[in-house]
Formats: sequence, C-alpha cells, structure tokens
Amino acid sequence: MSTRLATGGRLIDRSKPVRFQFNDTWLSGFEGDTLASALLANDKVMVGRSFKYHRPRGIVASGAEEPNALVNLGKGARHEPNQRATTTELFDGLYATSQNHWPSLEFDIGAINAKLARFLPAGFYYKMFIHPRPFWKHIYEPFIRQSAGLGRAPDPETRDPDTYEHFYAYVDVLVVGGGVAGLQAAKAAAKSGARVLLIEQTAHWGGRAAVDGGMVDGQPARDWIAATVKTLEGMENVTLRTRCMGAGVYDHGYVLGYERLNDHQPQADGPRHRLWRIRTKQIITATGAIERPISFAGNDLPGVMLASAVRDYVVNYGVAPGERTVVVTNNDDGYRTAIALKAAGLAVPAVIDPRVHAIDPPLVAQAKAAGIEVLMGRAVAKAKGGRRVTGIVVTAHSGEGAALREIACDCVAMSGGWSPVVHLWSHCGGKLTWDAHHAFFRPDPAKAPTGADGAPFVHVAGSANGYLFLKDVLQDAENAGRVSVGLERDPAPDANSEHAAPIHPVWMMPAKAGDDLRAKAWLDYQNDVKVSDVQLAAREGFESVEHTKRYTTLGMATDQGKLSNINGLAILSDALGEDIPQVGTTTFRPPYTPISMGAIAGQARDEIFQPIRKTPVHAWHEENGAVWEPVGQWRRPYCFPRKGESKHQAVRREVRATRNGVGLLDASTLGKIVVKGSDAGRFLDMLYTNLMSTLPVGKCRYGLMCTENGFLTDDGVVARLDEDTFLCHTTTGGADRIHAHMEEWLQTEWWDWKVYTANLTEQYAQIAVVGPKARVLLERLGGMDVSKEALPFMQWADGTLGSIPARVFRISFSGELSYEVAVPAGRGREFWDLCLHVGADLGITPYGTEALHVMRAEKGFIMIGDETDGTVIPQDLGLNWAISKKKADYIGKRAQERSHMTSADRWQLVGLETLDGSVLPDGAYAVADGRNANGQRNTQGRVTSTYYSPTLDKGIAMGLVHNGPARMGEVVVFLKEDGETKVKARIVNPVFYDPKGEKQDV
Amino acid sequence: MSEGFEELCRVRPIARQGMITLRGDLSAKAVKNAVTGVAGVDMPSRREARHVGERAILWMSPDELAVLVPHEEAAVAAETMRSALAGIHALVADVSDARAHFRLEGDTIREVIAKLAPVDMSPAAMQPGMVRRTRFAQVAAGFWLRDEATAQVFCFRSVADYMSGLLRTAATPGSAVGYF
Repeated sequence: MSTRLATGGRLIDRSKPVRFQFNDTWLSGFEGDTLASALLANDKVMVGRSFKYHRPRGIVASGAEEPNALVNLGKGARHEPNQRATTTELFDGLYATSQNHWPSLEFDIGAINAKLARFLPAGFYYKMFIHPRPFWKHIYEPFIRQSAGLGRAPDPETRDPDTYEHFYAYVDVLVVGGGVAGLQAAKAAAKSGARVLLIEQTAHWGGRAAVDGGMVDGQPARDWIAATVKTLEGMENVTLRTRCMGAGVYDHGYVLGYERLNDHQPQADGPRHRLWRIRTKQIITATGAIERPISFAGNDLPGVMLASAVRDYVVNYGVAPGERTVVVTNNDDGYRTAIALKAAGLAVPAVIDPRVHAIDPPLVAQAKAAGIEVLMGRAVAKAKGGRRVTGIVVTAHSGEGAALREIACDCVAMSGGWSPVVHLWSHCGGKLTWDAHHAFFRPDPAKAPTGADGAPFVHVAGSANGYLFLKDVLQDAENAGRVSVGLERDPAPDANSEHAAPIHPVWMMPAKAGDDLRAKAWLDYQNDVKVSDVQLAAREGFESVEHTKRYTTLGMATDQGKLSNINGLAILSDALGEDIPQVGTTTFRPPYTPISMGAIAGQARDEIFQPIRKTPVHAWHEENGAVWEPVGQWRRPYCFPRKGESKHQAVRREVRATRNGVGLLDASTLGKIVVKGSDAGRFLDMLYTNLMSTLPVGKCRYGLMCTENGFLTDDGVVARLDEDTFLCHTTTGGADRIHAHMEEWLQTEWWDWKVYTANLTEQYAQIAVVGPKARVLLERLGGMDVSKEALPFMQWADGTLGSIPARVFRISFSGELSYEVAVPAGRGREFWDLCLHVGADLGITPYGTEALHVMRAEKGFIMIGDETDGTVIPQDLGLNWAISKKKADYIGKRAQERSHMTSADRWQLVGLETLDGSVLPDGAYAVADGRNANGQRNTQGRVTSTYYSPTLDKGIAMGLVHNGPARMGEVVVFLKEDGETKVKARIVNPVFYDPKGEKQDV
Repeated sequence: MSEGFEELCRVRPIARQGMITLRGDLSAKAVKNAVTGVAGVDMPSRREARHVGERAILWMSPDELAVLVPHEEAAVAAETMRSALAGIHALVADVSDARAHFRLEGDTIREVIAKLAPVDMSPAAMQPGMVRRTRFAQVAAGFWLRDEATAQVFCFRSVADYMSGLLRTAATPGSAVGYF
C-alpha cells in the first residue's frame, strides 16, 4: 500500500491537517500536499480509468507531465474537468471525483473494452465506422461519445463565479523556470541591470535540485537555492513569480504567462488566474527535463511510476508510493530513487538495469553499498496485477521475455532516461538536434528562434538544454544569462561534478518482446496507445510522424504526449528502419499545459464582455422599450413597439406616422468626418466617384466611394462648410473604416497634399426630423429660418433651435421633407426631448432602423451592405449619374473600365413586384433555364432588399437581375427558401414611391 | 480590514472636460503660439503631456495635439485658435462632446492601467508628464500621467460605460499585482 511516512516531507506542514473529498469520501492530508501526494498518503493509487479501454490508471508523475491522474475538480459552478492531481495544491474542503468511469471507479462497465483490445487497434474507428455513411452520425458517433472522453464538461447553465484578468509586462529578460538553472540565469542576467522577470510554474523554487541534492558553492543545494532566491528578491530590477507557467512563446518576444493565484485558496479575494502578456527582449527557457517511462508490458498498472516521481513523493511530501519498490532504470539517475527509498526505511527488492557495468559508477556503487540488489543485463518482462501492481517478472533484456524470476512488489519506479523540455524553445521555430550519447533531443544552438534582427531571442539553460549534472547546469545557466544581456562569459558557482555511466536507450523492454507483450506495453497512457499500435501504423504505411500521431492518437491527449512522444517516435523509427532524427518530432505548440478559458477571456465578461457603443439618446430608447438591433458595436433601436404591439405592427405604424405627420430618428451613429485643407477638394474628387470640388459652400451632395477594385464601399452626403472644409457623412459601419481609408491614402500616397482629417462622429448627436410636418416642428422650436427659401433641399445652415446650437442639413433618406439636425452630443438628449414635447400634438413618432429601411426601399435608395456585397459596382446599381465623366481619375475608375465591369451581362438593379403582392424572401434567387456544370439550376438574379410596404400595402423588393433595366415589365420566377416553391415577380422601376421626388423638395 | 480589501485606486469620471483637436505642423511657430496661447501651457514634445491645473496640451501624433480646457471655454478657445491659424494649413476641431475622461488616483494606478493597456507602465518607461495613445481592452483610448499617483484616461463618448466598467473591474479589491 502507499502511505504517509512517520517523518520527512520538506514541503508539508504536519501541524496543519487539511480535509478533502475524493469520490465523496472524506480524506485527510497536510498543508503543502498536492492532491496527488495526499491521495497516495491515503492509499488511493488508482485514480481513474483510461480513455479507450477503461483500464485502471494510477498516478505516474509528480508534476505537469502527469498523464493519468486527471480529476473533476470542484462542484456546481466551480466544477472543472481534467485537472491534474499532481499540480493541484491541496486546500481545505477540496472536492474531486475520478473521471471516465461508470458506474464507479472500482467497477467499470467500459473495462470490457480492455477484453476487446485486440479488436480495437490503431485506426480502428477510421476503418470500422466509415461505412455505411449514415451510421456514423446516428449510431457510431453517439456510442463512441458515450464510452470515450475524459472529464465531464461543466453544466452549461452554470456561470463561473471566479474572476480573471490580464496583465501587460515589459522586460529585458524573461526566465521561464525557477530551478537552479533559472535562478542562476536570472542572477547572471540581472547583474547587468537588465529588467528580469523569473517565473516558476510550481509554488516552490529550486526544481529537482531541491530533491536530488548536491553541493553548490560549498553549501547544500537547498541552502544555495534559498540564498539565491533571497538575493534575487532583494534586487530592484528582478521580479519573481511562483505559480506562474510560461505557456507559450510567440514572435517578437511575446510570451504568455499563466499565473494561478487562487487555485490553492479558492475563498480568497481577487482573480483566480491572471494571464501575463509579456513583451521581452530575450527569453531564457530553464524548463528542466522530464523523465521517460519504459515500455514494458503492464507498465500502465497503478503503482508503476516514474522513478523521479517516487522519490519526489518521499522527499517532498513524506509519502511512500509503495512498501516494496522495484526500480527499473537504463541510466544512473534511477538509482537515486532506490537510495532515497532505502534511506526512508522502505524495501527495495531490486534495481533492474539492462546495462552491464564493468566498473560500478558512483550511484550504482552507492546503491549496492546500501544493500540493494542490482540485476544487471536484466529487464522487466511484464508487470503483474489488476488494480494495482503486485509484482514483476524478470527476464534477460536481450531476449524475448522468458521468465527468470518473479519479484513481488507494490510499486515499480521506472526511468527510461530524460527528455529536455524543449517546448518553449520550439514554439517560435527553434530546431532540435538528436544527442545519441544521451538519447534525447536537445535544442540546436545553431538554429535558435530569431527575432526581427535575425538574432536569437530564445536561449536555453540547464537540463532543458541537455545538461543533466549540477555543475554543467549552473555553468550553462550562467552563460545563458550573460548572453541574453550581451555580457562576456564568466565561470558559474562551483558545484560537485559527477561521473555517470552512459544511458542505454531502451525503447521496448525486453529488446525482443513478442506480440503479446508489445500489445500490453503502453506509450501514451491518456489516449491508450501501445507499442503495437505504432508498429501497426508503420506497417500500414504511416511513415510521417505527424501522420502516425493522428492515426494512432499518440500524443494527442490533454498532456500532449509529454511522456509518450519520444518513446513513440523511437518505436516508429525502429519499425521504419530509420534513425530517430530522420523521423523527427511532431510540432510543439502552445500552451505548454492547458490554461483556463477564464484566463484567456480575462476581464471580458458580463457588462464588459464587449463594448456596446451608446448614442447620446440611448437611455431614452432603453426607457421606451426599443427593440435593439446591433449595428457594429452600436445598439440602434430597430423599432419601438407599444404595449401589445408586434414588431411588425410597430414598424408599420412608424412608417405611416412619418409619411403622414412627423417622425424622429436617432441618426447619431452616422459617420462625420471633417476634411480640411487647400487640397481637400482635390482629395475628395479622388475618393468619391463624383465631383466634390465643385460643390458650393452651404450645399450638400450625395457621393459614392469605391475601393481600388472599383467596388462600391460607402456612400453618404458631403456638405461644404467653407472654401477649405468639407464634412463627409459615412454609413454607420463606415465611420472608422472610411476615416482609416482616408488617412491611409494621405499618409502613403498623397503625403504632400495639404489635407487634414478628423473623425467627429461622436461630437454630435444627429437627429432626423422627417415628414410633412417636420418644418412645423422646427419652426415651433424657433431660432433659425428653416423655410424652403432660406434652407432649400440639399443645403445646410448653422443656427440654433430651441436655444441649442445646431447645424441643420436638408437631406432626405425617406423621400419626405426631412431635416437632419446635428447638435453637440452633450445636448442631444435635450434636443430629442424638446422635439417630443413640442411635437406631441403633431403625433411625433420616434422610429427605428427598420422603418428607415422600409422608407428608403420605397424610394429605391440603395443601402451599403444590402445592395452591395463587395462585388457590386455603382454602374450595376444605376448610379451612373453619380459617376463623373469629367474626372481624369478617382479610386476605382480604372478597375471599372475593365472588360468584365463594362460587360452587358452584369446583373443590374431593378425593382421587383410580386404578382400576388406577397413579400419575396430575402436573398431569393431568380431561376433561369437549364443547369450548370454542377447540376444546379441556372440563375438570373437575386433579391437584395425586400419589405412589406405599409405605404403601398404590398410587398416591394429590389434585386440585381441579368440585364434587368432592359427587361422592364418582364416576369421572372424566384424560388422560396425550400428551393421549390415559385414566386412570380415583375421587373419594375426601383422607385416605388414619389418617383419625381416632389415630396422631399417642398 | 487589510489593505487587500480596498480598491486599488479611485476611479471617477471627469464631467464636462473641454478638448480641442489640432492637426498641423507642430514645428510651426504659429501652431505653437495658437495652442500655448489658449492653454497657457508649454508646448509638449513627442509623447509628452504638459499641464497646469485643468489645462493641458497632449502630444497625440507627429501632426496632432489635444488641448484640454474647461468645457465652457472650449468653443471660444477653438475659435481663437482657428483665427490665430487663419491662412495656415491646420485643422482645429472641438471634440469636447466626443470624449469621456476619467481620473485615476492612488498608488497603484500603474497596475490598473497595465491590466488593460498594452503599455510598459514601469516607472522607468512611463513617467509623469507622458501620454500614450493605445487601447484599453477592446476600445481605443489614451491616457497621461499628471503625477506619480494621478492618471487621466480618455476614450470615445459612446463607450464611456464600458470604460467605466473596465477601470472599476481592474481596480477590484484584492487584485493587486505587486509588480511595479
């Protein structure tokens, strides 16, 4: 059994017990425990079931690389799946349940899959479920979804009660990893005065050295760590953060840091996670190395663990993962575990080492001196047991697995060597090189990630760089720190140097394991991928490691193959008869371990999920029951339904009230860009298709803007304010876009033209007073002459209305007598209220965007985004009158002269009237004879705007029809949404209402 | 109560701040005279914000300044600048109603801003008397430091509620970063 030792545990505080629940059973641990160490202390070795075969699975590791011990953490609104027990710090009241089991962890129906394992090989789903096609969606997929998967997704109705935030930090050097390498590198870089940020993913400094010991600068490693942290804390230019993981490295020295502030104290104030958005000149990754499992049969049984993890639990938490532990290792480092266990008074029946040593290296000799039996040239043929390992079968490593001897044990500590954590080095393109001597990939210093200047911006330090011994680690870290700030190299603090025998790479144990053993030797615990699966993939022709990964799902689980990738690709290269470097690795992508969605969202939730732009009259709309329409980030009233009124009825009422009396529209969102300078007229002549420079002061002109490709992009009314100054109105969505368009041309092409622009959209509330009684209303407000003589159609005037300063434009988007009144935004609400008050007896009616649309469609006015879609030129819309023939050039002119643009075959704007008066569906297509190459019906037009017209009491529409204007009176057939029902419509003039324009010019 | 339960800084909207945009050749004497004349403040250099009391000149770009005056003076000040610049290529626009302004006060204003804006807020990089045009979360914004413990943030009027929510959230009790 696994249990808490009577003494020891450098990270726990035995005076502070902590109570927690696992699968609804109350258990006890200590402050400083991780959930994993506390579970082991309570003899909970088996903590979950595997993804595919539902095999019992136990804790394997002690850190971020853990593949098995994933739990559902928390309840209700705080429920979170797939949390690693090894990186979850214990707190009072912690609630966790195991994953992927039904009905219980101990008895699981899905485990039957394990009996079917030989029928579920690599690629099984692809092979089996592809036919018959409909079965996938209705039978196979639901079944697989039921039996597969890891954690349970949170209830969609719950809302995360925690808060999250972002933080922007700018530093000279970012050091990722707070082991001895990170500490030394930070110290070396900080000496230059550079601003240094050092982040460590765990709650503790020192990394492995704090467990494995050694002497630095004449003092024990732990003392050196404490002293160095203190030195760094005392430096003004250094910031240290624990519980902060380097999640990803991106171009231009951008790094994401994931800080877990309150995961270990969920009741505390403040954000749970903070996402650090770091810009750094240089990055040092001191991310250490991860131990590799060994692929022998039954290596996934609970109780089979990484050797380093076993001694972590003993040294850090005073927890014995087993009473009798067999160590199996192909390198000297594994012996440390045997020695540590023995020192803690635990039984180590044997160390199994496939190597044969002529002269014992120091650690081997030390183990033997401690009375541990070392079996050289031997291997584990298989681990035995069910929910827990009960023993191992010893065999000759060079053989096929014939049993020589059995050893009873309840824990197997395995070490297949170490793999440097090269993830962050690789995120931005750092390349790797295969180190055959150490049997691992290490960063290739000649192929570092480079910045804009072509120089490396990521450096690696310590074991992440392939240095496994203290002395080398410190010297490498010192070098990295100095190089990052451009200092000369300098000796690092001295440390004891060690001698070790070389590793003997073991990718499969024993070396000639037969089929039955290979089919039980796990590579990827989380996704249930075995040695036999990768070999099968190779036989079936998956030669690329990226393809094998996707076919077998090796390394595709939430741990992204931290334990399995190197072992898996070694098996693949062996099966392909190639060298490991030829096969290469899969791509390392951020984040290093999963980060919370909350951290990514930061503060963006609820009221500040996204900005909502509000006009000066927004509050009135809200108070008066507006139905909102999102227009970009604005909210505009769609209509104002009265009590008991549908939206449709409201729109009808608003249109009729405006056409017969007076309506009020909040048009404040329209873009208002001032263009000033002696070249302003010339500039606008280039921007608009028509002539603006000839516009007299005091007058307004409608204009069209096109892209360089000739397509219509915006429209609006331009007013000339004085000789040098124009005010350009844009569409609501065009305000920022067109302002940027203007600035781009001015800054990149016409930088010598004397033109300045300013976006004054939000300086003014713009309120349209529309309808036959509009003039009466403004006259009642008083202050300026708004008569036809003083202020004719398409002119503007400055003055005051009801003592509010106002600029009044006689422009109309409805076809009625209409004034658009711009007042300072701070007085917009006052003006709105005044109009409602003064116009009450005139039946004044606020209207929304839908009434606006209906009225403009009745008048045949186009709308950017309805009649245009980025492929429509003004000529298609019959707007030739607004295209100057006199101008030598304007943006889009040349494009509009290309053969396809001038073709007679283009679809052009017409009005459409259904024969039965019904409303055509929006976007409906008019069909033509025959079918195209894809067997689809040929088309000859489509509907761009379609409404019920309250004014005409029938459906009206506009559309683009092949040769449309030449086909007036012709009937074409449109199809409804079902693609079958026909609607006949007659091609007519698009101006349905007041075609002579008499009403707006009164 | 421990300090952890206090807001990181005070956030208050500045009602009715007058603001005038000027675009022109900032090296031209007439332009300098026109803005310093109405503001009563020295001409700022690149990325500087000069202020005296409630009047200030902010450097906004190589050819743009923002002049802050009391709201009731803005229209007259803009007219004064326009006449001073008659015949010179420049644009003067009263944007007093187009903006919302906030004042942040307290010892941790640097952290509050660094949670929202991609700006190096370290004392070495961002000093009193400096201005930045940037974004706060999802909206365009600018800010300047009046002194070590006072910042002024401005954005478009339409997103004033959003900005207010952002600043108050960033200043939530217990969320101190302890970085600067």
